[in-house]
Amino acid sequence: MTGLAVLDRKVLRDLGRLWVQALAIALVLSCGVASLIISFGAYRSLEETRAAYYDRNRFGDVFANVTRAPRALLPRIEAIDGVGHVELRVSDYAILDILGMREPATGLAVSIPDYRETAVNLPFLRSGRLPEPERTNEVTVTEKFAEAHGFRTGDSFQAILNGTKRDLIIVGTFLSPEFIYALAPGDIMPDPRRFAIMLFSERALSGLLDLEGAFNDLSIRLLKGANKEQVIDRLDAMLAPFGGTGAIARKDQMSHAFIDAELAQLQSMSTLLPPIFLLVSAFLINMILSRLIALEREQIGLFKAVGYSSGAIAMHYLKLVMVISMIGIIIGFGVGTWLGRGLFRLFGEFYTFPFLIFRLHIDIYLIAALISLAAAVAGGLKAVWSTVTLPPAVAMSAPAPTTYRKLLTERLGLLQPFSRLTVMGLRHLVRHPVRSGLTTLGMSCAVGLLSASMYFLDVNTFMIDWLYNQSQRQNASVTFIDEQRPDAVQAIKRLPGVIKAEPTRHLAVTMSHGYRERRTSLVAKSNEDTLARVVDQAGNIVWVPRHGVLINDQLARNLDVQVGDLIHLEITEGKRRIADVPVTHIVTSFFGIDAYMDAEALDRLAGEGPRVDGFHLTMDEDAADDLYREVKELPRIASLVLLDLSREKFQETLSQNSTIMATIYIVLSVIIAFGVMYNAARIQLSERARELASLRVLGFTSREVFSVLLAELSMIVILAQPLGWFIGFLIAWSMVQSFDSDLFRIPLIVEIDTMAIATIISVIAVVASLYLIWERVQRLDLIRVLKTRD
Amino acid sequence: MAANVTTELAPHQRQVSAGADAVFQVENLTKIYRTGEVEVRALDDVTVSLHEGELAVMLGPSGSGKSTFLNILGGLDVATSGRVQFRDLDLSGASERQLTRFRRDHVGFVFQFYNLIPSLTARENVALVTEIARDPMSPAEALEMVDLSDRLDHFPAQLSGGEQQRVAIARAIAKRPEVLLCDEPTGALDSKTGVTVLNALRTINRELGTSTAIITHNAGIQAMAERVIHFIDGRIASVNLNADTISPEEITW
Repeated sequence: MTGLAVLDRKVLRDLGRLWVQALAIALVLSCGVASLIISFGAYRSLEETRAAYYDRNRFGDVFANVTRAPRALLPRIEAIDGVGHVELRVSDYAILDILGMREPATGLAVSIPDYRETAVNLPFLRSGRLPEPERTNEVTVTEKFAEAHGFRTGDSFQAILNGTKRDLIIVGTFLSPEFIYALAPGDIMPDPRRFAIMLFSERALSGLLDLEGAFNDLSIRLLKGANKEQVIDRLDAMLAPFGGTGAIARKDQMSHAFIDAELAQLQSMSTLLPPIFLLVSAFLINMILSRLIALEREQIGLFKAVGYSSGAIAMHYLKLVMVISMIGIIIGFGVGTWLGRGLFRLFGEFYTFPFLIFRLHIDIYLIAALISLAAAVAGGLKAVWSTVTLPPAVAMSAPAPTTYRKLLTERLGLLQPFSRLTVMGLRHLVRHPVRSGLTTLGMSCAVGLLSASMYFLDVNTFMIDWLYNQSQRQNASVTFIDEQRPDAVQAIKRLPGVIKAEPTRHLAVTMSHGYRERRTSLVAKSNEDTLARVVDQAGNIVWVPRHGVLINDQLARNLDVQVGDLIHLEITEGKRRIADVPVTHIVTSFFGIDAYMDAEALDRLAGEGPRVDGFHLTMDEDAADDLYREVKELPRIASLVLLDLSREKFQETLSQNSTIMATIYIVLSVIIAFGVMYNAARIQLSERARELASLRVLGFTSREVFSVLLAELSMIVILAQPLGWFIGFLIAWSMVQSFDSDLFRIPLIVEIDTMAIATIISVIAVVASLYLIWERVQRLDLIRVLKTRD
Repeated sequence: MAANVTTELAPHQRQVSAGADAVFQVENLTKIYRTGEVEVRALDDVTVSLHEGELAVMLGPSGSGKSTFLNILGGLDVATSGRVQFRDLDLSGASERQLTRFRRDHVGFVFQFYNLIPSLTARENVALVTEIARDPMSPAEALEMVDLSDRLDHFPAQLSGGEQQRVAIARAIAKRPEVLLCDEPTGALDSKTGVTVLNALRTINRELGTSTAIITHNAGIQAMAERVIHFIDGRIASVNLNADTISPEEITW
């Protein structure tokens, strides 16, 4: 063989000999590399895709709704300082009747300009065409809705628009930057089967909704450097007389905010996972290299004796580290790219983008490689340094025997009941406190990741139970297009299959406390309500006080208020009354920023007499078909949310996501557990081969000899559990932080079962790695070890 | 007690003393090691007996097969062919489990590099064996026999080479084994320490009646043995019986 220096050939042969250990380390390192690439890569790809989409399709910066405003306002709106483009639209919710679908669906009808291109929120046409001007029966629908029903261009369905049922013909499908995450009113997960966005010709829809010459919806694109807050304030003032409920900035736009939440989670993943893997692999490299160098002490002495420099020898061992790292990095690149692409494709299915930009960012790969290499080299440095400082003469003589001490617990007589074999194991554990500690820490990282993955599943179960069993107990919720008198309840109760109906009313409000201000809806609650209830985290019903408001914790944090503080309340609809109300209770909740008020108090505050805007109802499942048939004919209904379907979708989406996450975490933690335990055990076996062989010679069985290793390793595994649970708790805690948004939050729940399962899985991984060691113990070569000097 | 006549037998005249006092009876023992293509015949058709209470010394150059022979006697290794009988137990056909049991119950080993457990004190190293033995002496008693009563609670790293080897001997004899097998017990020691260790071995052989086999490079040691077996090239070249044995102090190193 030519070309390769002898020392380099040794690197390759060492690697061949240590391949299982090297591979275990490379795998742990590759997890670090992969998690860096996945999280940074997916984060960046999602962000870039969204940005590109927004840019190409002119996504709005400010959004507002009014009851009805004249189009003549346009020049005044355009004149607001900082406003670039304004798009005035008409839009309304509609109940859809689709052939072959039992229950009614919800649609959002939105107008597009007839003889010019849309200035803001340009739809992305996927198939067919946009509706012809003035054609009242032509719609272009969201692609996913069409897909969910198998609709093609030319197919039709019915919709109740402004009280009249109409046949609509699908002329095309589209996507929109406004509805990347398309959520029906009252729902918490997108369900394209039950929610459609329908583009109409502006003239046609204005006619259908009796809004000719008017608009009820607008989007604005701001100029660069515009003062968003100022624009919103001016706009609010301008639109208030026309029923404006307050403009919102992009960050509060539903679809945008959901993707923001997703990005925040990716970011937290990228700061959480890679350090764990990199630390563990640095430690593993330190462990394996220290042992290798200890074993090759005499060889190192020889190299030095024949004239190799300390630097050359140090480089020789560093090369081994680098080769292992390179293997890990290459595996990590492969797995990271593959999983990153997979995760990103999943985003593509969940969110609707017309294109996905998954670019291989060279810088992410470079950074991942460099960080990993640095971690590995740092791990090996101490061991390598020991070769540099070792004088050749000392190297070639046997190392001083390891000195042991009696343990403190022994002096106290606590170890009396244990056999000598166990004592051997425990003394060895204490003899190498740093190594034992790091092994424990490495193992506890695995347990921590496992606990965290189980935590995802727990949160799912909790959320579904909290939301659907404790809080929202109705079968369905009906929303009217506009407020009605309370006697509408009679009409609802007369519908077939309705067992119970409880009215709802929501007021659009702006709440402020000091300089803090939030827009939300104030929900009417009666203490007679039994369906949609306000419950705390423990599932206890919280009664709405007769006076003041009950708000959730997120709103309380946003406004920085406590019980007893006064909130300044501006109703942004109807008579637009203003009041200062005390906060009488704060409740923990996981969705939205909610405020509740006693129904009668709310009616008094609004000053329009009793009104309802919808109903929660329970129904007889057997009569559901009749009920749906009737609802499909009812005028003035904006939406019907069916809680059972909603729960199914929620459950399906959450369990799909968390199963993927949990699987990834479990695989990662099993790799860590295996890598740590296998290496720890192999090194112990190597260090103590003579000792253990001596025991075999003395007449101890392989099983008894193995128990010595087991005493030490199981102590590490046991100590790693509580620490692991704590790490799991920290991971869960940081997850809770990253999920913290106005849209939704997750609770920090710690279940004993979760910890038990994490422990069981980690122990299975340990048992698997120890099984390989057990096979080695059985094959222990008694004669060869006894003949060698320690 | 053993052996009576000082005779030198030519290899072809070798006899098996198959009397009732034979501890080990070895017949046509062959051990072949195969490493890759190479075949090494470590023992070649060896037939010999070791006797009750006897102190035997095995001499021979490196690679002559004496260690392999000792390892097979001690149940650390198994023969390729031939028969090894320990009293009524046929070691040649024994399973791994039976061999472990055999070592545990009947054999004490002493090695050149002591093979003490560094994480256990002298007393604990001995206790390791007494805990699993059927009729052991106390660790203190065993260490007393090798004159280490004042070193009971020292860890191996705190003991000299000779002291460590004596702990190893105490550990080997604490269970009152029927046979004591020593592979170069003085190999790593200077002459003065070597004498102390040999004295300990002789005392045990005399006082406990333990049949003892010692492998050595040091030809001087043969003078203290009752039976001297010479190995050459995996075969037994000669077996000598000494009527008069000398004490370790008289050995010239």
